Amino acid sequence: MTTMSSAEPTRRDFLYIATASVAGIGAAAVLVPLITQMNPDASTIAAGAPIEVDLSPIADGQVIKVFWRGKPIYVNHRTKKQIEEAQNVDVAKLPDPQPDSARVKPGHDQWQVLIGICTHLGCIPIAHQGPYDGYFCPCHGSVYDTSGRIRQGPAPLNLALPPYEFLSDTKIKIG
Amino acid sequence: MSGHPSYQPQSAFMRWMERRLPIGGLIYSSFVAYPTPRNLNYWWTFGGILAFMLGAQIVTGVILAMHYTPHVDYAFDSVEQIMRDVNYGWLLRYLHSNGASMFFLAAYIHLFRGMYYGSYKEPREVLWILGVILLLLMIMTGFMGYVLPWGQMSFWAATVITNLFSAIPLVGDSIVTWLWGGFAVGNPTLNRFYSLHYLLPFVITGVVVLHIWALHVAGQNNPAGVEPKNEQDTVAFTPYATIKDSFLLAVFCIMFAWFVFYIPNFLGHPDNYIPANPAVTPTHIVPEWYYLPFYAILRAIPNKLLGVMALGASILILAFMPWLDTSRVRSARYRPAYRQFFWAFVIVCVGLGWLGSKPPEGNYVLFARIFTVYYFAFFLVILPVLGKIEKTKPLPKSISESVLREGEPIGAPAPPPAGAKV
Repeated sequence: MTTMSSAEPTRRDFLYIATASVAGIGAAAVLVPLITQMNPDASTIAAGAPIEVDLSPIADGQVIKVFWRGKPIYVNHRTKKQIEEAQNVDVAKLPDPQPDSARVKPGHDQWQVLIGICTHLGCIPIAHQGPYDGYFCPCHGSVYDTSGRIRQGPAPLNLALPPYEFLSDTKIKIG
Repeated sequence: MSGHPSYQPQSAFMRWMERRLPIGGLIYSSFVAYPTPRNLNYWWTFGGILAFMLGAQIVTGVILAMHYTPHVDYAFDSVEQIMRDVNYGWLLRYLHSNGASMFFLAAYIHLFRGMYYGSYKEPREVLWILGVILLLLMIMTGFMGYVLPWGQMSFWAATVITNLFSAIPLVGDSIVTWLWGGFAVGNPTLNRFYSLHYLLPFVITGVVVLHIWALHVAGQNNPAGVEPKNEQDTVAFTPYATIKDSFLLAVFCIMFAWFVFYIPNFLGHPDNYIPANPAVTPTHIVPEWYYLPFYAILRAIPNKLLGVMALGASILILAFMPWLDTSRVRSARYRPAYRQFFWAFVIVCVGLGWLGSKPPEGNYVLFARIFTVYYFAFFLVILPVLGKIEKTKPLPKSISESVLREGEPIGAPAPPPAGAKV
């Protein structure tokens, strides 16, 4: 008797699976450029090179805003009072616990550099606003202190810090 | 939707055509002889109004695209040029921007009608899900269109909405960068939104074809919520439905024209006449009115990820209505308790819309939370439980019985469910 068990794979089954696999892999390979083209292009990345900021004209208590990679960067020349307020906080009680020392460069307590984009949904917080004299986001009411740490409102994280370094006491390089 | 046997081509050309491409028969069977329940009220005319609005948005949109420049340096000015220099440009732009509002208004009425009369129930689940997909596509299209004038509201709407994706754990930030095509919302973002804003209406058109196809397979629901049983229960689409649809469409267009000609900026925001400025966020940003209920839900939840999930869930949960509602009775006419909960749901949705326009502080947040709880409880608690415990009224034996009643003539006022007549 020549019965063919349907459970037994045949050469034809192999051909079907092989053909479908090649077509599937080909389709997936085609998707790569179609999707990747939406990532930042070479000119956008090149325009995101590091920038230098001269700190000497920034007065005590003044906040300036510079742009790096299309993002506003706040450079805050903090007063003694602001530094003390930022340091004398029970860190454990913060929503995103972080001591002030981890948010400035050692020996440069008066200079605070952070990305001025609310960690909630990307609005620009206003400097010297809100109950902590830090930053206040007008969109959904997030309040940050003078160290840029989230204190109230829907934002989950502290304001992000850009990569930067001090080239001298009065000059930083962001990026 | 196949050729109707009663279609008789009148001309030699149409007879010739019918044997090659039976489009005459398709139109005849779909829009002339198609049997519609005889008791349809004016709430059933919004499907036609929506089809009209889709066509109007495509026509005005394609024309606006002829004059618009999708570049961060020129977009705002090109829109102002449309308003001041292009012949009738002001009219076309106001038709398009107010048209979006009219489109959403009609869609929400259409949606609430389906909820009131149980149009989502077996055998219309796929028809209903296609409708939810259409709503999602409309939301995406409307959002991207709002970004194009590149005013302050455009820019910050683009920033806030794309940042919703940053709530996704691990890959969120990469997705946002991919959406932007840069490190912030910028020219690549504007370009792709323009491309997609042009594409999506045609995707909507495709899904509308499926929606109408599914409608013609399952047949229309009706205010009584019982299926037509014989010829007495139905009337021909033409003239009955065409006339009824045309009449309310005309009334609707009067309202549309009133907005366009008398208060064209009433539904917009003055801040969007300020060119986009990436350095300053407007002090009070709100989305367009048709997104406000969802926006209120987002803000009601004090956790970013959960807020974004609630926002998405508030729309997607509609797709599960056919299975969440356990009642076998379709129409709220015969479900006295459901009717109360339904109207409470409508009030909650409107209330959420109002709260979404208010700053997120104090009692506004409190009420937004209470309303959000009701919004989800309606789907997840009330619909499943009510279907099991509600004592429904007896259903009419047929549509004609529900209309004709005891020897009374056709057209005698039926017992109106709250606001069934316009």
